Amino acid sequence: MASNTIKPEDLQAHKKVKFLDEAKRQPFLLISSALLLIYGIIFYYIPVIGWITAFQDYKPAKGFFGSQWIGLEKFKKLFENKTFYLAFRNTLAMGVINLVFHFVTAIAFALLLNEVRIFIAKKFIQTVSYMPHFLSWIIVTAIVREVLSADGIVNEFLMNVCGNETAIDFFAVKGYFWWIVAFTNVWKETGWNAIIYLAAITAIDPSLYEAADMDGASRFQKMWYITLPSLRPTIMILLLINIGNVLNAGFELQYILGNDVISDVSKILDVFILDWGISQFDFSLGTAAGIFKSVIALILVCLGNFIAKKTGDERLF
Amino acid sequence: MKLKKYGPGDIIFEVFLIIFMVIFLAVTLYPIINTLALSFNDGFDALVHKVHFIPHSPTLDNYKAVFAKEGYRFGAVNTVLRTLFGTLISLVVNAILAYVISRKRFLFKKSFSLFWVITMYVNGGLIPTYITFQKLHLINNFLVYIIPGAVSAFNMLVIRNYMNGIPESLEESAQIDGAGYFKIFYSIISPLCKPVYATIALFVAVYQWNAWFDAMLYNKMRDNLTVLQYELMKQLQTAMKSAGSVEGLKNGGTTITPNSIRAAATILTMLPIICIYPFLQRYFVTGLTIGGVKE
Repeated sequence: MASNTIKPEDLQAHKKVKFLDEAKRQPFLLISSALLLIYGIIFYYIPVIGWITAFQDYKPAKGFFGSQWIGLEKFKKLFENKTFYLAFRNTLAMGVINLVFHFVTAIAFALLLNEVRIFIAKKFIQTVSYMPHFLSWIIVTAIVREVLSADGIVNEFLMNVCGNETAIDFFAVKGYFWWIVAFTNVWKETGWNAIIYLAAITAIDPSLYEAADMDGASRFQKMWYITLPSLRPTIMILLLINIGNVLNAGFELQYILGNDVISDVSKILDVFILDWGISQFDFSLGTAAGIFKSVIALILVCLGNFIAKKTGDERLF
Repeated sequence: MKLKKYGPGDIIFEVFLIIFMVIFLAVTLYPIINTLALSFNDGFDALVHKVHFIPHSPTLDNYKAVFAKEGYRFGAVNTVLRTLFGTLISLVVNAILAYVISRKRFLFKKSFSLFWVITMYVNGGLIPTYITFQKLHLINNFLVYIIPGAVSAFNMLVIRNYMNGIPESLEESAQIDGAGYFKIFYSIISPLCKPVYATIALFVAVYQWNAWFDAMLYNKMRDNLTVLQYELMKQLQTAMKSAGSVEGLKNGGTTITPNSIRAAATILTMLPIICIYPFLQRYFVTGLTIGGVKE
């Protein structure tokens, strides 16, 4: 009688056999995943272990194991550094401004482009609108500098049309820089960011518009009361994904166009890390600043995910 | 019925729409056209006369000056090489990874997916990565352009999402016929994934073509490992420091300035992308729609 009952260890053994059986059937999956695991550890996980340098007085000659442990001293030094605060503030400010502009312009552009009825015109405008996305940030930075230079088109416009007496030196006034960054991002990415909204618009049920036609709605009303609300789920999920990206406020514009006159508003965390870590060889301080940035970004991602779970069924991961 | 649909509000809306789109096109295209005009214009002449759409004093000397610079020649070779090999390797590796992770019966499916998703949110940052590359002898090495970025969790997820949409029965029937996992990947799944492969190839190729930061950070000491965008960046910095300065050109009476060379180099660098991207639109549109909304 007793032999009929299944003992736990039999079940274990059975599971093991099944596991080995399955393993024999997937050598390709196991071998390639093992190789990719090693790759991932080397290029993604070991650098994270490198965070320990922030708690050491890291000397490249002595390495991870020979360098002296100094606890939180580098973080103390970091938080006492006035430039670090400015860099953090600037990164956050530019990130938030970019985020707001990104959404408002992409949605507005998608809505308006959707109203263009002539197919060829719509296609042409859309093709042109993607183009700046494919240009490198170096090229875009060069373009911004050219357009805003003393004899550039913007100053020409201001002097000839708006009646300005002299050319404005856009890169010598602190108040302009964040907005230059914001408008450059709008110029480069609006068409690209609108793609996903235009795709979502094509999925809207046409019967909604037909019903609105019956009620005599104008085109603007249809856009405002049907198209825009239909995009809400897409907007929400993209907004939440992008919250985690707020601290990635770009790099090239700040790095190349930032100068001593406006460095109080132009310096960002990435430039700060580069200055200290690579140029001044204080690897530990650079790492500490990097950790600070990563932790804040991670908190923002979790916050986004948390809000997504609270507000509805959309989930990021 | 048709006539009734257009009220006065609709006409105002239509006019506003046309004006908006015209301004949009002008703002997007003007800087490009202006750069093109400057690149074909005599450098000194551009300082005196305003150049907008058409070169005032046409010349090819700016382009000749670009081709004469060793940095741009090395840069062009390296940029083409990294774009070709970087794209190819990245595509193969991401496709295999996506395939492995999307197999229902893969023994470590859950833990291995998590392993890669984590990399999207946690990374070592600039300095620890630099130190790691130093230890791996990737500094002053062409391979730093290709190997570290080859696997990207984001690109992998886009491919995986696409593969998840392929019916499982295809895999099962192939298995009954005795096909192993590699065979299924190579001759059944991959041919079906061509559109998403094209999307990822496009994303990676554009990234590789436009990359410059790795050249500055890791390969600054080696002039022969430079890339086009980094040369352009150096030219931009020169142009900023010496705005208005003039370099005489030996043959002929024309002059070039750092700014006029920069314009020519900009045009040459953006040309391949501008020529190719309009034909690949459907690929990046599908790529964004499957990649953007996960799960």
